[in-house]
Order: sequence, then C-alpha cells, then structure tokens
Amino acid sequence: MVYLLAILFLGGGLAWFSERVNPQAPRWVALGVIGFALLYFTVAVARLPVEQFSPLPSAQQPDTWLAHFKLDWIPRFGISFELAMDGLSLILVALTLLLGLIALSASWSEIEERTGFFQANLLWSLTGVVGVFVALDLFLFFVFYEVMLVPMYLLIAIWGHEDRAYAAMKFFLFTQLSGLLMLVSILALAYQHAGLAGSYSFSYFDLLGTPLDGTVGFWVMLGFFLAFTVKLPGFPFHTWLPDAHTQAPTAGSVLLAGILLKTGAYGLLRFAVPLFPQAAAEFAPVAMALGAAGILYGAVLAFAQNDFKRLVAYSSVSHMGFVLLGIYAWNSLALQGAIMQMVAHGLSTAALFMTAGALQQRMHTRDMSRMGGLWLNAPRMGACTLLFTMASLGLPGLANFVAEFLVLLGLFQAAPLMAVIAALGLVTGAIYSLIMLQRSFQGPGDASRQLPDYGNRELITMLVMVALLVWLGIHPQPLLELAQPTVDSLLLEASG
Amino acid sequence: MTELLWLIPALPLASATLLIFCGRMLGPRWVALLGVGSVGASAVCVLLTVLQWQGQPLQRELWTWMQVGELSAGVSFYVDGLTLVMLSVITGVGFLIHLYSAEFMAGDDSYARYFAYLNLFVTAMLVLVMADNLLLLYFGWEGVGACSYLLIGFWHFDAANGAAARKAFVVTRVGDAAMALGLFLLFTEFGTLDIQALGAAAGERWEIGNPTAVLATALLLGGAVGKSAQLPLHTWLPDAMAGPTPVSALIHAATMVTAGVYLIARTHELFLLAPPTLAAVAVIGVLTLLLAAFTALCQNDIKRILAWSTISQIGYMFLGLGVGAWAASVFHLMTHAFFKALLFLAAGAIIHCLHHEHDIRNMGGLRSRLPMVFLSFLIGAAALAALPLTSGFFSKDLIVLAAFDAPGFGRWLWLGAILGAFLTALYSFRLVFVVFFGRANTLPDRQPGAAMAMPLAVLCVFAFAGGWIGIPVQAVFPVTGDGHPPLWVEAVSIGLPLLGVALAYALFLGRQFKADGLVSSTPGQAAYRFWHHGWRVDTLYEWLWVKPFLGLATLLKSEPVDRLYAAVVSLCRVLNTAFSATQTGRLRQYATVMAAGAVVLLGIVWRAAG
Repeated sequence: MVYLLAILFLGGGLAWFSERVNPQAPRWVALGVIGFALLYFTVAVARLPVEQFSPLPSAQQPDTWLAHFKLDWIPRFGISFELAMDGLSLILVALTLLLGLIALSASWSEIEERTGFFQANLLWSLTGVVGVFVALDLFLFFVFYEVMLVPMYLLIAIWGHEDRAYAAMKFFLFTQLSGLLMLVSILALAYQHAGLAGSYSFSYFDLLGTPLDGTVGFWVMLGFFLAFTVKLPGFPFHTWLPDAHTQAPTAGSVLLAGILLKTGAYGLLRFAVPLFPQAAAEFAPVAMALGAAGILYGAVLAFAQNDFKRLVAYSSVSHMGFVLLGIYAWNSLALQGAIMQMVAHGLSTAALFMTAGALQQRMHTRDMSRMGGLWLNAPRMGACTLLFTMASLGLPGLANFVAEFLVLLGLFQAAPLMAVIAALGLVTGAIYSLIMLQRSFQGPGDASRQLPDYGNRELITMLVMVALLVWLGIHPQPLLELAQPTVDSLLLEASG
Repeated sequence: MTELLWLIPALPLASATLLIFCGRMLGPRWVALLGVGSVGASAVCVLLTVLQWQGQPLQRELWTWMQVGELSAGVSFYVDGLTLVMLSVITGVGFLIHLYSAEFMAGDDSYARYFAYLNLFVTAMLVLVMADNLLLLYFGWEGVGACSYLLIGFWHFDAANGAAARKAFVVTRVGDAAMALGLFLLFTEFGTLDIQALGAAAGERWEIGNPTAVLATALLLGGAVGKSAQLPLHTWLPDAMAGPTPVSALIHAATMVTAGVYLIARTHELFLLAPPTLAAVAVIGVLTLLLAAFTALCQNDIKRILAWSTISQIGYMFLGLGVGAWAASVFHLMTHAFFKALLFLAAGAIIHCLHHEHDIRNMGGLRSRLPMVFLSFLIGAAALAALPLTSGFFSKDLIVLAAFDAPGFGRWLWLGAILGAFLTALYSFRLVFVVFFGRANTLPDRQPGAAMAMPLAVLCVFAFAGGWIGIPVQAVFPVTGDGHPPLWVEAVSIGLPLLGVALAYALFLGRQFKADGLVSSTPGQAAYRFWHHGWRVDTLYEWLWVKPFLGLATLLKSEPVDRLYAAVVSLCRVLNTAFSATQTGRLRQYATVMAAGAVVLLGIVWRAAG
C-alpha cells in the first residue's frame, strides 16, 4: 500500500517534469504510472492468502483486514502512518485506479495545455483518494482528504470551462469547510479518548468504541456526518456539485463523480456510523429522509436541465441518495447495496461524463437543445450511451440494478415508508434518463452534421465500462463476497 | 432435457450479441438468418422439451445471482406445464413473427439493430417465464420493458415515436415500482423470493384474507396492470403502435402484454389467500374490457383498433383470473396470441402493400385484391369475436361461464363480459367489412411474399383450430368446480357475438341502418369523441401527473437550495462593505472609536469585578 501511494505520488512529479522533454510525454508517463500501479496492485492482491477472501463467518471478531501497515509519525500525539486494507478498501482502490486510467483516456486528446501539470494533478488526486481509502489513522485520513482536494481544485480552476473560477471556488469552499468540521470532530474525539485512556491516539482501532455521552456524541457525530454528506453530496449540501461537474474538464468530472464522491460514502460507512453507533442510530431517520429527498430532488432537477453535464451531475445527487439510504438502513442487504452503488455509480456516471466530454469536444456545446438525432451521425456513441442510460435508470442485468435493489430491499426491512418513497426514484430515474437520451441521440437528425464517431481509444474505454457494468449486473457475487466480511464486522462493531 | 434448458434463452441472446457487435459487417441475408434462425432453434429446443416432458416440473440452476444474508436468488429455471405453454407461444409465435419481419423490414437502414432488439426481447421474455424466483422474473420483466421501449421507438428519428416509447416505459415503470415493493414485502415476510417456496410458506402462515397477503398481492397486481395495460395504467398501449407492426404483433399482442396474466397465474397461490385482491382483478378486467371495447369501436387507425382490442381481451383474461378460472385464462392467453398475432400480421401486410396506410376509411374492397390477407383477417376476426368453432370461442366461453358461476357479484361480471363480447363482434366485423368490402379507395402496389404469407398461413390454422389444443396445466392450478350453467346462458354467449356480426353487417355493409345520423347528433358526437379519445384518461393524467411534474421542474430549475448559500455570500459581501466603510483614514474618527471601545471594555471589567 505504501508503495502504491509512493508510485502515484512520485509518478505525478515525474509527469510534471517530463513535460520539459516533450509535451506529449506526460500522458505516456501517467499511463505508465497508473498502469504500473494497477499491475502492482493486482499482483499484490493475488499474492494475498486465499482463505482471507472466503466469506466464512468466523467466531467472534472476524479478522477482516487483508493487509496492515503502521509507522510512527508524531508519537507525542499518538499520530501514526497507519494503513490497512479490507475488502471494502480493496474494491474502492481498484475502482480508483481503474477510473484513473479512464480519466487519463478522457484527457488524452482534450488537454493540450500544460499537460505535465495536468497529469501531475491527476496523479496526486489519485494518491489522495487511495490514501483516504486505506488510511486508518484519523489524522492521516484528514491529511489525505485534503491532499485529494487541492489538485482537484486546480484541475477545475485551470482546465475547466467558461465559468471555472466560480465553480472551483465553490467546490473548494464547500469541501474545505466540511473538512474543517471533520478536523474539529476528529480532535474532539481524540481528546475524549485521551481523557479516558490517558494517552493520545488517532488510530481507528483505538478510537472505536470510545464511549461518548449523549450530547457530545451527537455533536461529534454530526461533524462527521456533515463533512461526509457535503462530499457525498447529500441533499441539501449538493449545490456545489452541479457547478463543479459542469465546469470541470472531462477527466476531472470522471474522477469527481467516479471516486471523490465515494470518499464521502466511505467516510460515512467507515467512520461516521461505527464510531458513534448510538448517536448514528438516533440520527438515522433524519439521514434517511435526506437521502430520500435527495433521490427525488435530484431526479426532478436532472429532468429540468438543458445542459447534458448538469443533468448527469444532478442524476449523481439522485443516485447518491441511495447510498445514504443504504448506509443508514444499516443492515447487511442495504450496506451491500450501498457499496455496490458506489461502484456502479462510479462506472456508469463516469461513462456518461465521458460521453458529455466527447460531445463537447466535437460540438463545442453541452446544450441539449442544440443536439438531437446524433445517433445518425455517431451510432457507436449512441449505442454506448443507450447502455449507460439503461444502467442509470437501473435496468436489471446491469450493476446499478443490483445496487438499488439491495438498498431498497434492506431499507424496506429497516424503514418501509422510506423504501416506498425511494421506490418513486425508479420512476423519476426513468424519466430523466430517457429524456436525456431522447434529446441528445434520438429525434430528428441532421446527416450533414460533422460528428466523428468514437475512435478506437474511446471505444475501448467505453467497452471496458460496458463489460464491467454487465458483469457486475449478472454476476455480482464475487464483489458481494469480497465486501461481506467488512459488512459483517461493521455491523458487529456498531452493535457492540 | 434439463441440461439443455439454458439453450432456450441463450440462443436468441447469442444472436443478439453477435448482431450488436457485428451487425454492420454482415449482409442482410446473414442478419435475417441469424435473427430468425436463433429463435427457430430455440423453438426446436422447446418442442424437444415438450415431447420429452414427463409431467414433472424441471428445475435447473445456472449460477447464483445475488446472495446476501437471507437473500439468495439464482439464475435458475423452473419449467412446469404453465411455463411450457408460455414457452411454446413465445418461441412458436415469436419464430413466425421473426420470419415475417425478415420481409417486412427488408431494406430498413437498421435491419441488424431491429433483429438484435427483437432477439433480446425474446431472451428477456423467456427468462421471465422460466424464472424460478421473483427476482429473476423481475429481471425478465424489466428486460422486456426495455426492449419494448427500444422497439416502439425503433424509428426514433420521428420525435413522436420517441415520446410514445417513453410513455410506455414510464407508465409501466409505475407498475414495476409497485411490483418491486411487493417483492420487498414478500421477502420481509418470508425471507425468500423463490416462487414455489413462497406459495408453500404463505399457505402455511397466512389465513385467507390476511391483510398482509392482500397488500402484497395488490402490489403485485400493480405490476401486472402496468405491463398488461389494464386500468388504470393502460394508456401506453395504444401509443405503442408507433413501433413496426411485427413488433406490435409480438410484444404488444402475443407475448409481453400477457406477462401480467402470467404473473398472477404463477403466483396464484398467493392471490388465493387474498379474496379482495382477486375480486379487484375481476373488476379491473371487466371495466377494462368494456372501456377498451367502446374505444375500439370509435377508432379509425387499423392498428389502434387492434391495440384497444388487445387491452379488451386481456381484460377477459384478468376476469378469468379474478373468478378463479386460471386454466381458462391461460388458455385464452394462448388462443389470443394466435389470433391477435394473425390479425396484426395481416394488418401489417395491408399496411405494407398500401404505402403505409393506417386509416381504414382509406381502405376498402381489398377482398379480391389481397385474398390471402382477407382470409387471414377473416379467421382472425372470427376468433376475436368468439364465433363458434374458432379458437377464441372455446377460451372466451370458459371465462364467461366461470364468471356466471362466480359467487357474489358474478352475475354482474357476466353481464359485462357478454356485453363486451357483443361489442367485440361489432368492432371486429366493422373492421372486416370496411377494409375488405365496399369500394376500393387505395390499390395495393404489391403482394406479400413467401416470408410473410407462410406465417399467416400457419397462424390461420392455429387461430382456427387452436381451441382443440389441450394445455397441460391441470397440475399447476387448483381444480375448479365444473358447474353446468343453464342452457340459456350458453345460448346467450353464443348468440350475442353473432348478433354483433349481424349488426356490423347492417351498419357498415348492408346499410340497412345508418350509423352516421346517430354519430353526427350532438350527444352522439360527444360520446364518439369521448370514446375516440379513450374516455379522456390521457387528458386526466396530463392534468393529474404530467403538468404538476413539469410545473415542479420549472419551479425547482433555479435551484432554490442554492439561494441559501448565495444569501451567505451576499451577507459576507454586505459585511465586507460595512467594515471597509469604517476604514476612512481619519484619525479623529479612529480615536473616537478607540476611546468608546475602551470605555465599553472598562465597563465590562468593572461589572465583572463588582
């Protein structure tokens, strides 16, 4: 894991410097770096002992951690460089690296200026995200949380579209403020722990089970909740997202939607609930209500948009509502659904953002009132978009269905009324998804329009995502089994 | 044979995949061969299964789809008599319609795309009927919905077709959402979604009339009325005629729209525990069949007439289910698949030979010019009207008599059903007389070729003689009492359709009576318009759902939540201006403020100390 982070981080620097040699070089360097990281990761995972993958429900405390690394950093305050990986982290790190490659592909021909710095930011952002997914020291977690933020800010502010300064600033302020809340909460928690244990520690394992009395527990939990819900983004803290997405370059949108949002979900799952089981359980109805509201609000707003990218951005708000619901329903089915939704949404939304990017690059507009009938000009593009649209509206056979179904099924057992409201999302999801397809690719076309179809690079990128969505849609079991030990131990921790 | 069950859906799926990826590279000949051949091969597999079938349900699990906690759903099949009937209809009628399409769609730019979608549809439909658990059934259920969407909007360059396709998808999705909730409820109650296990567990745990049973079946019924275009979710089907005619024949007549009937028949063990839901099924059936029959009478588009008649005939199936005539409903499902596919394909042949003419007022006198089509249409219409000896007679008669025998308000249901039968005969023979007799308004410019004629011929045989096929569903459904209704009841149900034909003759061919005067009078006109627009249900929904949703979207478009954050920004700006204003550079002012501040501070210290 340490090597993985080092590869990505140093690779970023290398990419920056390689620009001096040749402006084309950074792409290849970035490709090499992410490719190598992915290879390294695969080999490392393959060499893990096999039995640790088996979902055997062992006796009391299942050892769910596949790898663990700890190095003292600031021992005086009990801060250490502690990394660990379980099934959940593994899935998310794999998703991060994969979407890193996808984002690279998206930027391949789009970014022509300052390519070195661009790729460096891309890689650094990936470093931060991977760090977030494996950091098990809360202070370190916070550091990584910030590390992924700054490069993303730069990606939007430098290579974004017409309104980039506003969007980047908004993105930065929202996430920075939420990060601040988290820091305060982390410090409060660590202080509380120190008062009981006698020494400072920021380690997740030490802090777990720290008893907090009602009021303090509630406020600290709220700090975490707000921090991650802004990131997720949950209603009503989502308003930074449409702006940031719309203005970001394609690669930025892919990373933002595909993985940065998932850090919010991951944070809720790993920290906000297990650290404060009592307070979180009491808070769950509010969180679920926000999730359900987000599903419907995001869907209606997605339908109202003219801008292709903005529509997809609002659909993210809607989809992430399912994650919020799944997490706070807090049972095996719903949690598995939420994890699946993180992966499925990462893939399908990233693909839709790439479509938006490809259209923008070719047509210099994102306005759907100027599109229509594009299938005629670019059938390959149309066919891919059709599939991603179907994924987005949750068609069985694609990964998103598995996710939404499990969330709703679990939710129905925890809070039937919420499930009824959320099930309306199935209808509204169909409405905005189909209108998007209609307004861009269907309808009367213009055969004389100059719109080159996907080339091989783009087609391969898209087909990879198609294949993954279909595979996870009809055979999600391997992923479910990978995540099951984590889910079991999370449930166990929260209950005791 | 169990080992080869997977081939039945896999063959069309493989063909669809090939067509999606290599469709452009293959010539139309290969595309047709692949598209038609795969369904044909699948039909052969079904035939082999039927021949070797021992009467025991066949079961086969391919792989585990999802297994989390209590939930365990496999991609696994359960094939019993009911499934075999459905499989035979889907692959048999499906093969004929594919064959027909090979000629009907020839020359279309997207020939490969068409067959890819159509094969995909057959796959999803097969999965739907073979599924052994409700989750996999839901997979097929949504899959056929998506294919239906794609095929209704097949000619998507016309925006109206896209709108019809979206309407179909969204309206059925409303039902699907209800059905999904039904699944959640059943799972929460019993911890399984396996259909057989659910039936057994429900029988043990629930007494008849259990409120949860009523709720769960009502939710499943929501899904069924959506897919089968029954009240109140029927509005999508007439618009769905925007798709190519073979698609209407396969999806919107023979197979997909009967999925709701299949669902209720498949889960009949649950429905039997919920008499109120069952009564609702029967009432929905009768109301729908009457509403649709009146509407069909007032249409002029040949495909829309057939579409409304499909809604009406599925109404009969629902009625049958509601009064417990399970086998009769499934029987009617099968015969309806034969004669309605025949009618649609014949209508398609007319449209094909008449430059895409849809309006029956522009047809006429086609009897001698398209004799083959005439014969097909005549047999189809006779079966639809349930004239004696045709297939439709046997199946519909069973349902109508079962309604008569039903306890409670059975007589009222029966009355509605025979009134519907009369209207059915009236509108189907109006169609025959207007299209094939009288003066020729448009001349056909070609004759249907072999690939179109052959399916028509085969379906003619089945539509006429299909009533003698025995369906092997005795083991699936509980035995219903074989009451013998009085002779006059039999006579009425045979006589009314004949009366309908006679009236149609008198009105539209012999002209003994003139309908024109009645229609052009003020109340007649109002009724005609009202029925022509399907009892204005669309208008109602426009006001009830569409307009509010659009209004909400417009209202929220400016993102009211963001105003809150914008207000914070404005506040910062205002404070910034206010505080900047204090920075004047005048020493006197600074000194004054400083002194005032010092006084206030001292005051605070003074009070704190004191």
